[in-house]
Amino acid sequence: MTGLDAFYGDFQALYGLDLHLDAGEVLAIIGANGAGKTTLLRSIAGLIRNRPEAIRFRGSPVGALRADQVAGLGIALVPEGRQLFPSLSVEENLIIGGRVGRKGPWSLDAVYRLFPILKERRNQASTSLSGGQQQMVAIGRALMANPDLILFDEISLGLAPIIIRDIYAALPGIVGDGMSAILVEQDISKALSVSSRVYCLQEGRVSLEGASDALLREAISRAYFGIA
Amino acid sequence: MDWLNAIVQGTLLGGLYALFAAGLSLIFGVMRLVNIAHGDLIVLAAYLGLSTSIALGMHPLLVLVAVVPAMAGMGYVLQRGVLNRTLGDDILPPLLVTFGLSVIVQNALLEIYTADPRKMDAGGLETASVDLGGLTLGVLPVLTFAVAVGVIAGLQWVFYRTALGRAFRAVSDNQDIAQIMGLNKAHVFGLAMALSLAVVAVAGIFLGIRTSFDPSIGGGRLIFGFEAVIIGGLGNLWGTLAGGVILGVAQTVGAAIDPGWQLLAGHLVFLLILAIRPNGLFPRMDG
Repeated sequence: MTGLDAFYGDFQALYGLDLHLDAGEVLAIIGANGAGKTTLLRSIAGLIRNRPEAIRFRGSPVGALRADQVAGLGIALVPEGRQLFPSLSVEENLIIGGRVGRKGPWSLDAVYRLFPILKERRNQASTSLSGGQQQMVAIGRALMANPDLILFDEISLGLAPIIIRDIYAALPGIVGDGMSAILVEQDISKALSVSSRVYCLQEGRVSLEGASDALLREAISRAYFGIA
Repeated sequence: MDWLNAIVQGTLLGGLYALFAAGLSLIFGVMRLVNIAHGDLIVLAAYLGLSTSIALGMHPLLVLVAVVPAMAGMGYVLQRGVLNRTLGDDILPPLLVTFGLSVIVQNALLEIYTADPRKMDAGGLETASVDLGGLTLGVLPVLTFAVAVGVIAGLQWVFYRTALGRAFRAVSDNQDIAQIMGLNKAHVFGLAMALSLAVVAVAGIFLGIRTSFDPSIGGGRLIFGFEAVIIGGLGNLWGTLAGGVILGVAQTVGAAIDPGWQLLAGHLVFLLILAIRPNGLFPRMDG
C-alpha cells in the first residue's frame, strides 16, 4: 500500500476532506457528533459512492466502487453499533466475514485465539451475546477478510469501561503486522493512545492534524469544539 | 369417514399450495419483494412444460429437468435486469412493476396459446389411486405433497446449511453490512429469484398435470400462495407448508359442507387467522 488519499468534493457532510494514510499506520479520527466521521468511513468502505478519484487505495482510484468490490481490495469495516447479522450464529458471522477469500494470517482459529470466549459461544445467536462479546465478533468478522486496511467506527460506544480497556489492549496485536487502521473514536485519550497520527474533524472539515503524541490538549479541544 | 377423507385430501391439496407459496415466501424473506406476477409465472411454467412435453414427446414430470433451469435462468435475468432497479426504501415500485409483469405474461400467453384450457397428459398418473381401507388417495396428490415437503426441506437446507443460505440471511438482515462483507446484493437477489422461479417451475408442472389451465388463472394461484404464506407467517418456510395445508383443508372441508363453499371457506379461514394472528401462526423468530 503506497497510501490512501480520501478527499471529498463539496458534497454532503464532508467538504473537500483531504487526508492520507501510509502503509502500516494507525490513524485516529476524532471529532464531535455530526462532524462527518462515520460518513468518512462509509465513503471509504464504498457504502457512499463517490467520484473514482476521490479515494485512492494503493494508488488506484476506488471512490466509485461498490462496497463488495472495495472489500475485495482489502478494506474492512467494523461498523458503528457492531451491526452483526441477527439471523446468523457467531461462527456464521465470522465465516461470512471471510468470504472475500483474501489470504493472510486471520482464520476462524486465529480469531478464536484472540477472543477465546467466542469459541465457547460459536453456535449461539449473535444477538444473545453481551455488547463486548458482540464487538469482538464484529472485529473478528472484519479481520476474517484479512484486510490491508481496517476501519473501526466507535468501537467503544455503549460498552463498559473494563470491556473497552480489554478491546483496546487487543488492538496492537491486531494491527501489529503491517495492517493499517483508521480509528474513529469519541474517546480521545483512547484514540491517541493507539494511533500514530490524528485528524480532528469539525463540521466536515479537518480542523487539526498531527502526530498523536505531539498534539496539545488545548489544541485538540479547540479543534474539537470549534472554540476560536 | 367423509370428514377424515376431506381432511386428508385437503392436506394433500395443501402440498400444491405450499409449492405455489414457497417461492413467494423465499423472495419476501430475502429481499422484502412481493411478486404480483408469481401466479402468472406459475402458469407460464405450466405452458413451458406443456410445449416441451409435446415437442419432445416426453412425460410432463421428465420435462422438469428442462423447465426448472429455464425458469431459474429467467428469474436471475429478470431480477438483475428489472426488479433490482425497483428495490429501495419505497415498497410501491416493485409492486407496480411486478403487477405490470403479470399483465404482460398473461397477455403474451393469451397471444401464443389462446384462451382455451389446456392440460398436460401424464399417462394415467392423474387418475391413479391407492385404496387405504376406505380412504382413496390419488397418486398424484400424494406425489405432489411429497415433492412439496422435499422442496421445503431442500430450501430449508439451503437457507441454514450452505454458504448461499448464509448470504441470503445476511443480505436479508442488513444489506449494507452484507455488501461490506463482499456480497454483491444484486447478485444474491438474482440467485434468490432464480431459486424462487425454480420452485415456480415445479409448482407449474404439478398444477398443469393436476388440472386444466388457461392464461387467466395466475391471479388465483397467486392468492392461494399469498394466503398460505400469510397463514404460516412471513419468511418461515415450514410455516408456509403448514399454511398451505390449513388452506387446503379449509377448502375441502368447506366443499364437503357445500360444494359452493370451497373457495369461500379457504378465504374465510385466511381472514380469521389474519384477524387473530396478523403475523401468521409461525412468524419468524429471529431479529
